[in-house]
Amino acid sequence: MISSEECAALKDKARQIRIDILGMLNRAGSGHTGGSLSAADILTALYCSKMKHNPSNPRWEDRDRFVLSKGHGAPVLYATLAQCGYFDREELKSLRKLGGMLQGHPDMNSTPGVEVSTGSLGQGLSIANGMALGLKLDRKTARVYVLLGDGEVQEGQIWEAAMSAAHYKIDNLCALLDHNGLQIDGPVREIMNIEPIADKWRAFGWHVLEADGHSIESLLDALDTAEKIKGKPSIIICATVKGKGVSFFENRLKYHGISPSDDELERALKEL
Amino acid sequence: MRAEAEKVRPVTALLATRNVYGDVLVDLGERYESNVVLNADLSGSTKTEAFHKKFPLRFFNMGIAEADMIGTAAGLATVGKIPFASTFAIFAVGKPWEQIRQSVANPNLNVKIVATHAGITVGEDGASHQCVEDIGLMRMLPNMTVIVPADGIETEKALRALVLQCGPAYVRLSRMDFPVLFDAGYEFAVGRGTVMKAGDDVTIFATGYMVYQALKAAGQLEGERIAARVINISTIKPIDQELIVQAAGETGAVVTAEEHSVIGGLGSAVAEVLSEHRPTPMRRIGVQDRPGTSGRPAELLEHCRLNPSHIISAVKDVLRQK
Repeated sequence: MISSEECAALKDKARQIRIDILGMLNRAGSGHTGGSLSAADILTALYCSKMKHNPSNPRWEDRDRFVLSKGHGAPVLYATLAQCGYFDREELKSLRKLGGMLQGHPDMNSTPGVEVSTGSLGQGLSIANGMALGLKLDRKTARVYVLLGDGEVQEGQIWEAAMSAAHYKIDNLCALLDHNGLQIDGPVREIMNIEPIADKWRAFGWHVLEADGHSIESLLDALDTAEKIKGKPSIIICATVKGKGVSFFENRLKYHGISPSDDELERALKEL
Repeated sequence: MRAEAEKVRPVTALLATRNVYGDVLVDLGERYESNVVLNADLSGSTKTEAFHKKFPLRFFNMGIAEADMIGTAAGLATVGKIPFASTFAIFAVGKPWEQIRQSVANPNLNVKIVATHAGITVGEDGASHQCVEDIGLMRMLPNMTVIVPADGIETEKALRALVLQCGPAYVRLSRMDFPVLFDAGYEFAVGRGTVMKAGDDVTIFATGYMVYQALKAAGQLEGERIAARVINISTIKPIDQELIVQAAGETGAVVTAEEHSVIGGLGSAVAEVLSEHRPTPMRRIGVQDRPGTSGRPAELLEHCRLNPSHIISAVKDVLRQK
């Protein structure tokens, strides 16, 4: 368990990450607001507490890896990496700009700290499996974390990879599901129902944990538990709210794929 | 006819390129600890089984799940492994094309996709299994090296060269035995074409099994006093532009020959080079724009007009335009 001071510090980081997300999206003029805000606490828990990594040596061999399989959440990854010191926060202004290091979707060859290029949904879990298998071959103790979107798990490749992870007993892998319930065309349950999602992962041979995706304590508890599970992969189903932190973005479908206007940014920053 | 046939390089041995792959993989596995192999339920057919037996921990059968195989290979590459991923050509590049694009080619990851059972000579399995689009599909991807060996010797040399070259590559192998064309001293280099036979009247650029067919055609053309230069273009990408432009300039007429669709493969690649640098009368021998059909390999080569007689017709046709 972390102390209440540590927890307060992490919450403040998450708040700063949200502020940065909104600022960078506003400046970029396009991008995915809702799904970035819904994952802000998850990335904070990982990067600012759970994961072993070294921002001054992004390619440190023994680091834990993070794969943003829901690549459209790039702003939350960039804001988090900047928060950790992988690059200057000034760089956030280059989001989606020609020649900038922050591509519209994560590009491992453009941005320090980005482990894998993603953006086309469904591919990150397979890649995370490969990373974890390779680390095991090398007898590394590093762990691999991968964040999936709840709409994303409609992709067939996710379930191919779910089978593989259990088959190969990839226990140095922990997936997290950003279960915010909305995808671009509407509520996930209306577009293509994925429920009962926990049962599905269990049936595929995974250890399933559930967490409040906006509670740092709950997330860290689940992450600690996942680390102790041996012989099978773990997934944390994170109950989240799309657009979390800004009342007029929360659960609003419209803000899946658009960025805040100047006026919305001003009002949002007051709330945060 | 007999006298003309003798002018073809004598064929003393047959070797299936996929068998060579299986043997070379084991040797590479011994040399390079980082070498790993992935398969999608066809380890017997793709000859990767031998590697599996020798290095069980470094072999991953992903089941019938090609997209996952490609992604897993990409992940292994990110932690310094040299993954070789294999299945039949259509399943290796057709099914997971977008995964290859997103997870391997764009990020320039060191994944080697070695596909077997390419082309129409898969035979009886028919249209679903006859892949004649793979060269085009792979050639379009950034960072991707595309190699189609002409025989078993070149297969081995190409694989050994690729393992030392960081970056994505696609190697196209076949089900059937190929006549051995090269001797053991052949020096392969990625991106370099090889003149297999001299001649100044016309150039036949060929790849894969069609190099042998082109040599047979060239042998027969000699009897008709047509000196065809035969060039093996085993690296389709990056293509040997200099050699192509030079040969087109010196012979003034070009025929391409491939066991692939006439759209997107060697013929297209050569046409791209020549149309910009040395416009030259040209004909393309390849599979026409229609689905495959069942039959024995030999029957299909005739059915799809990929035999020496068809190359000869194309040569005569293009020479009229010279």
